Amino acid sequence: MQTNHLLAMFSGVLLLLGLIAFFLGRAKAARVRANGTAMYAQPDQYAWFAVVATAGPAITVGAVGAFLMLLLGANIPTLYLLAGSLVIAAIGLLVGMSQVKPDFHARQAIERVIRWVLVAAAMISIFTTFGILFSIIFEALRFFQMHSFWDFITGTVWNPGASFLAAAGRAEEGGSAAQFGSVPLFAGTFMITGIAMLVAIPVGLLSAIYMAEFAPQRVRTLAKPTLEVLAGIPTVVYGFFAAITVAPIIVNVAGALGLDASFNNAIAPGLVMGIMIIPFISSLSDDVINAVPDSMRQGSLALGMTKGETIRDVVIPAALPGIISASLLAVSRAMGETMIVVMAAGMRPNLTANPLEDMTTVTVRIVAALTGDLEFESAETLSAFALGLVLFAVTLSLNLVSVLMIRRFREKYRVNNL
Amino acid sequence: MNIQVAERSTASMSRPESGQPVTRNTEANHELSIRVRDLNLWYGDSQALKNLNIDLYQKNVTALIGPSGCGKSTFLRCLNRMNDLIPSVRIKGLVEMDGHDVNAPKMDEVALRRRVGMVFQKPNPFPKSIYDNVVYAPRMHDLVSRKPEQDELVEKALRDAGLWEEVKDKLHQPGTSLSGGQQQRLCIARAIAVQPDVILMDEPTSALDPISTATIEDLMDRLKQKFTIITVTHNMQQAARVADYTAFFHLGEIIEYNDTRTMFSNPATKKAEDYITGRYG
Amino acid sequence: MSHSFDEISAQLRGRHRKSARLKWISMGALGLAGLFLVLFFADMLNKGLPAFQQAYVQVELEYNEDAASMGRAAMDPEVSRVVSRSFERLIPGMIRDNPDLLGTTEQRWVLTNGDVDQYLKGHRSKLSEAEREVVDELVDSGQVALKFNTTFFSRGDSKMAENAGIMAAAVGTVMTMLVTLAIAFPIGVMTAVYLEEFAPDNRLTQIIEININNLAAIPSILFGLLGLAIFINFFGVPRSSPLVGGMTLALMTLPVIIIATRTALRSVPDSIRHAAFGVGCSRWQVVRDHVLPLAMPGIMTGSIIGLAQAMGETAPLIIVGMVAFIPDVGASFTQAATVLPAQVFTWAGEPERAFVEKTAGGILVLLSILIFLNASAVILRKKFERRW
Repeated sequence: MQTNHLLAMFSGVLLLLGLIAFFLGRAKAARVRANGTAMYAQPDQYAWFAVVATAGPAITVGAVGAFLMLLLGANIPTLYLLAGSLVIAAIGLLVGMSQVKPDFHARQAIERVIRWVLVAAAMISIFTTFGILFSIIFEALRFFQMHSFWDFITGTVWNPGASFLAAAGRAEEGGSAAQFGSVPLFAGTFMITGIAMLVAIPVGLLSAIYMAEFAPQRVRTLAKPTLEVLAGIPTVVYGFFAAITVAPIIVNVAGALGLDASFNNAIAPGLVMGIMIIPFISSLSDDVINAVPDSMRQGSLALGMTKGETIRDVVIPAALPGIISASLLAVSRAMGETMIVVMAAGMRPNLTANPLEDMTTVTVRIVAALTGDLEFESAETLSAFALGLVLFAVTLSLNLVSVLMIRRFREKYRVNNL
Repeated sequence: MNIQVAERSTASMSRPESGQPVTRNTEANHELSIRVRDLNLWYGDSQALKNLNIDLYQKNVTALIGPSGCGKSTFLRCLNRMNDLIPSVRIKGLVEMDGHDVNAPKMDEVALRRRVGMVFQKPNPFPKSIYDNVVYAPRMHDLVSRKPEQDELVEKALRDAGLWEEVKDKLHQPGTSLSGGQQQRLCIARAIAVQPDVILMDEPTSALDPISTATIEDLMDRLKQKFTIITVTHNMQQAARVADYTAFFHLGEIIEYNDTRTMFSNPATKKAEDYITGRYG
Repeated sequence: MSHSFDEISAQLRGRHRKSARLKWISMGALGLAGLFLVLFFADMLNKGLPAFQQAYVQVELEYNEDAASMGRAAMDPEVSRVVSRSFERLIPGMIRDNPDLLGTTEQRWVLTNGDVDQYLKGHRSKLSEAEREVVDELVDSGQVALKFNTTFFSRGDSKMAENAGIMAAAVGTVMTMLVTLAIAFPIGVMTAVYLEEFAPDNRLTQIIEININNLAAIPSILFGLLGLAIFINFFGVPRSSPLVGGMTLALMTLPVIIIATRTALRSVPDSIRHAAFGVGCSRWQVVRDHVLPLAMPGIMTGSIIGLAQAMGETAPLIIVGMVAFIPDVGASFTQAATVLPAQVFTWAGEPERAFVEKTAGGILVLLSILIFLNASAVILRKKFERRW
């Protein structure tokens, strides 16, 4: 609470100083100009320069101080830090005011500052990537200190059950030792992703072919946004749909065929995920097919090819890099999808090839590991980061390959809107 | 001014029968290939072709010339119904080939295009190997099936297109790896591999350098032994060099249709003369 | 050598059939996708619409001494069996707050318990034969009826299905989205302005661009891991709070806004920039006074779409703890809160049948908001669309 009050006061004083800077700066500049001296910049620009000179260094000092406290544990009392910042603000105000003179390029100075602010904003996206990478890597490394990387990659048993005992220093009490073999999790992920792709790629690609090649303009303008509604539905909603509506249907159908299906079978989440991903594939494929130059189609039609042959043998092969790129993005999307599998797939790591059985996925285990009441230091919690690291690596490489393929397509046909 | 004069001369011109060249080129082949009568074409509401009448003869090169926007490419595309691809196009009139009305409802446009091939302004090889570019259509048309037949056909088509020597060692490289002129010859090889009766060429050399252009012009001269060639060109020298007959289009009408020598030495209409001598165009 | 039309047509017959088949199959695929959509919405409406109605019972409340300690005593024992316990618990408090009530009686419509509600809606319920008869009688006498469910829209979560509402989650969503927008919008627009208008074409710019495209494709759950490891564990932002949720979602929304803004900036023709440079504007003045205003509709559209995406996101919020049980409507950015999709997730995990209906009801509300947002984005784009 104390800190909050201090912060509020700091902001208030800083705001006040800023206002003072603005009006004093403008007044001084106006005065100089009224004397008939030609100035490099407008009074408002001098005023803004004074504001920047006041607030900029002060905020920077405050932020650096706060960061030092967090990062290095440096013990700077908040009060001193903020007071120091305010002193710097006051100095900045004086410097800013002294710079209000005819031969000073206030506009250029401001624009330099603006430019740096824009650069800083652009760097945030880089920091985000590194943030994700480092936060995952550090915790994952701690996990790999406890359990071997090799066992993690090749082990076929995922049984973190006893790890909380180890964290509590009571490893000997638990029955079996914890095992972290991620193979069953990845098997589940691939199974569900595979089912999703079996739905999404044919339906999405064929829809795209219909929209791009056959559909009358009216159908096309209606169908594309309608399909994209599928991509806009929140994944938690799909998860509910998969668990409550689709899974029982699968169980009933399997039962009618004399098969035994679990309510957490892999088909329901796979199927629903496939539906969700249809627009990813159809939309991008549609764009790519449209970007195939019309001269290709005409060349084929002029040889006496039917429309179907032209599409199959000329248009699709020409659009193939784009279609593969779309599919890779879709795979990456499906592998990282969380809510559908959390809600509809099982929790039990199960290495099986039968999609009617329950199986779990990487993302399910990440959620499970981080939502329990476990100690953060336990191997099970940290295993979430190890899994996250692998997920990051896999999706990143899929994305990169996909980007490279679409770039090749773009260069080949010189289209810029993809 | 010019236009008035030209109109007068058109009106006073005597035509033995509409659609035939004014002067007969006695050396040329005169078997009829395509007969066009009273052909009109509209893009939406604007009329692009007006009452065209023309007889196109087999195993000749016929050049269509005229200022841009005069309808020569549109007319060319009427001959293999490529205009079907544009939804707003409406066509009235007769285009007759081999005793069939090309625009009749029961005429299969795919079958028509199989007999009337086309080469485009910009070379457009398929994203396949050189070999597959050539063999693709014949294979679909059941012209060849066994591998040796295919090889033979590819070699023959590429030889006819004057490309064989340049590509025989890289038949399985993509067609797009060739130079522009080679690509265009590949497209010609692709068209002749189907063994059509007629090959339409829509400004086939306008995207090419002069050397490639000369190669393709030579090629047209050789190909007319086997095929009827109808070419659109911007370039009057080219028409003069390669064509047996030349039709001059202006604002959607055929102003003059003549054997090339007459057309360029002694045109019957003022408009054609003005165009050929470069008064406009 | 050449073939006649008849020969060719004969060979073509089969090929035309194949071509037509491709057309029908592809049309069927599109139809199938549309069918999925229709079935999905039909299923959600079917399951969710009943949640907007709730069974109420008219009771006579007798505020006597006993009721001040045990609410049940205020009602006819027969009727009290169908009344929700959540209401019974309120009675002593009402008497405490307003002692004048003691000794008075009052007719009032109150919530029934969840089983009666489910029974009236024709679902399976745990009511015994005898209870069903009581309910049937009350229905016949008009004392039990389905009415519009105000509780659902005005309360927070509850362990009793009949008393559970989405208000707390809705407020949480609004607060989280405020944080998201406050962070993602300025940073996103600034990044896009830098990349489109200022950045030199160098290595760094290319890295930023690749990185942004990449960020857009990183699984959302990994943003949750970032939020947990950096925002919560490192910077000490309170867990489960709208602040940490909003910050996490802001990083996720950033690429969407950047990409949309860049597209919008790029669609402003260079002739405008040249004209402004021509009258002596500096680069920043050109951007501020000419390019940004023209690009604004596109930027807004992109931001709304990004916001809608963030609003439906659940996975990263689970990781930063925003699936807490929140019975009261919150008002602080630093206290535990939940959001609509997280509320849906929580309810979907409840075993009681009545919660299925609540879940689907919550989904309908969420979908309505998202459809509204996306529709306004589309309208905005249509209205301000400009062809140069």
